[in-house]
Amino acid sequence: MRPIDWLTQVLEVVAALVVAPLFQGWVNQCRAWLQNRRAPPLWQVYRGIRKLFHKDAVIATNASPLFRVAPYVVFATMLAAAAVIPSMGTRLPFSPAADAIALVGLFATARMFLALAAMDVGTPFGTLGARREMMVGFLAEPALLMVIFVAALTSSTTALPSIAERLATGPITLSPSLAFIGVAFTMVLLAENGRLPIDNPATHLELTMIHEAMLLEYSARHLALMEFASALKLMNYACIGFALFIPWGTATGVTGPFALAAAIPALAAKLVVAGAALALIETASAKLRVFRAPEFLAAAFLFAVLGMLVHLLLGA
Amino acid sequence: MAHTPFVMQLLDSLAALLLLLSFAMLAQRRVATLVELFALQGGVLCAATLLLAWRTGDGNLLLSAALTLSLKVLALPWLLRRMIRRLGVYWDTDPLLNIPGTMLVGVLIVVFSFGLAQPVSALASTATRSAIGIAVAVILLAFLTMITRRKAMSQVIGFLSMENGLFFGAMSATYGMPMVVELGVALDVLVAMLVLGVFFFQIREQFDSLDLDRLESHQGGR
Repeated sequence: MRPIDWLTQVLEVVAALVVAPLFQGWVNQCRAWLQNRRAPPLWQVYRGIRKLFHKDAVIATNASPLFRVAPYVVFATMLAAAAVIPSMGTRLPFSPAADAIALVGLFATARMFLALAAMDVGTPFGTLGARREMMVGFLAEPALLMVIFVAALTSSTTALPSIAERLATGPITLSPSLAFIGVAFTMVLLAENGRLPIDNPATHLELTMIHEAMLLEYSARHLALMEFASALKLMNYACIGFALFIPWGTATGVTGPFALAAAIPALAAKLVVAGAALALIETASAKLRVFRAPEFLAAAFLFAVLGMLVHLLLGA
Repeated sequence: MAHTPFVMQLLDSLAALLLLLSFAMLAQRRVATLVELFALQGGVLCAATLLLAWRTGDGNLLLSAALTLSLKVLALPWLLRRMIRRLGVYWDTDPLLNIPGTMLVGVLIVVFSFGLAQPVSALASTATRSAIGIAVAVILLAFLTMITRRKAMSQVIGFLSMENGLFFGAMSATYGMPMVVELGVALDVLVAMLVLGVFFFQIREQFDSLDLDRLESHQGGR
């Protein structure tokens, strides 16, 4: 490993930490514009997190140690995932630690801790949120895995950096299977991050919330970490999407400092476009009833399976 | 994969789109949307035929593209839309199997038909031979649409979509059937559509519904 690779690695993690709240702020801003509201400033998410860090934490008397540990575990998992995903360069010292399938496992670990912590205190809302989260999760995970399998089949490796590198350096082809799994991945991204057709991130309405219901018992620094972690998760998913479908612009192969310098504005441009697209999707769609969520995710799974079948048959 | 020319990539994408539209038809509950999906499927089929005609320089394929356009994109959907308006059937009742279940069966059917088409594709010499499996899948999925629906209207649309799959299969296996056969099939479908239209009105008059379950309990010959 050359020093530039370590520099890429450090830069990527720092960028994830700095940019994730900004990315969420950007999505919120776009949504506000599309809904004819006055937009909150871009750094509103930062402000919220800073405010929470300065408050005193209140914890229920019957909370177990798990409840205190969970925010740190969830945050650390998301940060570890950010270190593995090739958002700027493909030669990362950390990336051999986890391939794409292990990455899905990392997300599952975070989800498990989140759900357990939500049930820990024993309030009905937490339990309700945890159950719904697990329902969405167990339907979204196979779809996500199927998406990764198709991408792995096209590049004959499950390592995310190699997939990105293969796609970025190969000729540009019109691939129906990639289009199918692209749609499937977008649907999974919406479901996993509690975005609109499945869960409304802005609501605190009792009957509809999923993610927010699980965080109700948290306050102060724990809540700040949880919110930071969910911003990181959105950013991670976006970066996985970039690596699988539009890896152009990331520094591939044996890179010099110039490729790395060029990768930063490329990533920023992709995030700006992706955030606007996400806001557009969210504004255009209405929230589904919770019991319709399986149909939504079954459709995502179907898209991914079709992508795989089309890949096997047409070889494209 | 990297060396296939762009036209073939486009054709493959159209084939994949055809498969996707079949699944969309399988999932759709609204009869009016089903007709639009059918028209769209015809449009994709027409585009694929045109592309193939351009690539192979086959004049017959141009003719059959024109046939597809006039019959499946314009005439039949127009007839169907008119029929829906006059019969007032906008929704199908719940299908026999729930939607995710039907989708799962559909995926199994696709796997089956890909396996079925493998030896045929191996023997075919056309550039589009890999799409034969998709054609078989489209036929069987349309068949599944017919099986899982109750209303006569959606069953007929399933039948028409099956013909689309047949047409695509012939196109990808042998660059189209002989013109006489194609014209004959097209005419058959058109006439069948007209006759079925008359049937619809008769069925509704007899049973006050287009739900074909009622036919089963009807013994006739009173």
